[in-house]
Amino acid sequence: MVENNKYINKYNFAFIDESTKKEIRRKLLKAVAIPGYQVPYSSPEMPIARGWGTGGLHVTLAIIGKKDIFKIIDQGSDASVNACNLRNFVQSMTGVKTTFDTSEATIIQTRHRITEEELNENQIFVYQVPQPEPLRSVERYENKTRQMHGEANYAKMWVALYEQFVSHGDIMLGAGYPVKVNNRYIMAPSPIPRWDIPNLNLSKALHLFGAGREKRLYAIPPFTKVEPLEFDDIKFHIEDFKGSACSKTGYKKAFLDEMYYDDGSTNFVINDSNFLDKLSEKEQPTQHENKYINQIAE
Amino acid sequence: MSNTEDNWLLKVNNLTKIYGDYTENSIKNTGPKFNSNICPETGSIVACADINFELYPGEVLGIVGESGSGKSTVVKLLYFDMEQSLGSAFLKPHLDGLSNILEESNQKKRWIRNYLMGMVYQNPRDGLNFKFSSGGNIAEKLIMGGNFHVGNIRNRATDLLEKTEVPVLRMDDKPASFSGGMQQRVQISKAIANNPPLLFLDEVTTGLDVSVQAKVLDLIRELQQDLGIAMIVVSHDLSVIRMLTDRTIVMKNGRIVERGLTDQILQDPQHKYSQLLVSSLL
Repeated sequence: MVENNKYINKYNFAFIDESTKKEIRRKLLKAVAIPGYQVPYSSPEMPIARGWGTGGLHVTLAIIGKKDIFKIIDQGSDASVNACNLRNFVQSMTGVKTTFDTSEATIIQTRHRITEEELNENQIFVYQVPQPEPLRSVERYENKTRQMHGEANYAKMWVALYEQFVSHGDIMLGAGYPVKVNNRYIMAPSPIPRWDIPNLNLSKALHLFGAGREKRLYAIPPFTKVEPLEFDDIKFHIEDFKGSACSKTGYKKAFLDEMYYDDGSTNFVINDSNFLDKLSEKEQPTQHENKYINQIAE
Repeated sequence: MSNTEDNWLLKVNNLTKIYGDYTENSIKNTGPKFNSNICPETGSIVACADINFELYPGEVLGIVGESGSGKSTVVKLLYFDMEQSLGSAFLKPHLDGLSNILEESNQKKRWIRNYLMGMVYQNPRDGLNFKFSSGGNIAEKLIMGGNFHVGNIRNRATDLLEKTEVPVLRMDDKPASFSGGMQQRVQISKAIANNPPLLFLDEVTTGLDVSVQAKVLDLIRELQQDLGIAMIVVSHDLSVIRMLTDRTIVMKNGRIVERGLTDQILQDPQHKYSQLLVSSLL
C-alpha cells in the first residue's frame, strides 16, 4: 500500500510495466481463443504474496483503462479485508473510479462468488483462482494432466465422481464443481459454490481466470456453453436451502449465508452484499436466470 | 468359421523392438542361432524381431518361451504400452484392417484400446487403479467406452463380477483388500467390460497358487467359449498353453522358432528349444 502520494508517480499506470502487461494480454487473447484451456504466463512479482489474489490482480491490472469502473468482492462481500485492500491498491495505482454497484462496474474482480445480479456485454469478470487444474485431485503430475487435457482423456475425473456417488450417495463437491467448456476442456471454475455454476453458461460477460501461484490464465468468452459434469442418471444440483428465506428481505432465490448468534440461534442472510443492499432499498436488480433457481418456490 | 486368408482379426508384420542404437547387423547377429539378443557391435538389446503372425476371430493363440524371450514385449507393443522400433499391425474392426494401428495418434490408440482390446497383466497393479474401488475400475473402462449412466454402469459391473465369481457385495471395496486371485478376476472383468473382440493375457496365473490358478483358467476358458473373444495368451507354463490355446508360437531370444497347432507342438516338437521345453514338462 502506497500511503505517501509523493512516491505514487514512481509506479507505472496500474503498477505492472507495459511490456509485462502486453505479455499478460497476449496470453489472455490465447485463453479467450481456446475456451477453458490453461495458458501458462509469467506471474510477475506483486506487492502481495503469490496465492493471495495475485492472479486476479494481474488480469485486472493488465486490462484496466482509465475510464473503467472497478468493483471487487470477496465471497460476495464488498467490505471484506481481501476486497478492501485490493480495491485500495488498484485505486491508488490507477486512479479509476471504484464502485459497489454491480450494474455500474465494467471490471469486477472476485474471490469465490459470482454476483447475483446479471452481468452484461460490457462487463469483464475476473476470478482469483487458487488451483486451476481440475484434474489435480485425480492425477498429481502436471505433464500427465496436460496430456490428459490434450487428448480429452477425462475418464479418471468421471470415475472420481462415480466413486463419490457410490460411497456418499451424492457428488461431494461443494465449491469448484468441474465444468466442461464449449464441449471440449474440463475446467476448474475456481471455488465458486454450485449455485453460481449455471450462471457461467452462455453468460453475456467475458470471464477471465488468473491463478498467480500456479501461473495459469484461462477464460470463458461471452455466450459460451458451460456444463457441469453430470451422469445421465445422477444430475447436477445447486445448494438446497430448504425453503429458508433471507431474514432481512424475505427473499428466497439468492445464495444465503447462515448466521450464528451468541444465544445459539441462527438465521439466513443473502451472501451478495450489493444485491442485499439493493433489495433492502426496494430496488429490483435483474438476476441471472437458470433452471435451477427457477425451481425454487417464492 | 474357416480361417481363410482374408478373414483374420489381427495381422502382425515384422514387429521389432530394439533398445538402444541399432544397425542392420543388430538383427542378423542376434537370435537363437547366436543364443543371445544383445548385438555384439552396438550392445543394443533386441527384445523381439521379425514377429509375423495372424490371429483369427475367436481363436486363442499361445506365445510360449523362457523369460527374456520377448513374449511379453509382443503383447505390450500390440497394446500400445511400448512403442515399436519397426513393423506394423492391422486390426480388422479398425478401418477394416487397412490402417497400421501402431502408427495411429494417441487418441485413436486409446479408442482402439477401449473398444477393441482388453489386457490382463501378470501384476494386477498394472491393470487396476488401487485408489479406486473394484466397481470404479470397471466403471473406468465403461466410461471410456462412452457409458455415462451410473445405474447401467453398476448393473454391468455386477454382471461382470458375478461372471468372474467375485462377491458382488465387495464391489465398492478397493482391490488392495482382495486376495491375489480375486484381484486377477477383477482385472479380467475390467478387461472384458466393453466386450472387446481381442484380449491379451500376460502370464495371468503366474504367482497364484494351484487351486486359484485352476479357477482363473476355468474362468478364461468359459469366457472364451461364451463370448467368443480372440485371445493371445502369453505364458512360460506349457500346461496353461495346453489348456487354453488352439495354436502356439514358441519364442526364443526374441524370435519365433516354431509355430503350429498346440497339440502338434506338444506331441512332436521340431525345434531343439521346443523339444527341451516339452521334455522339461513334468
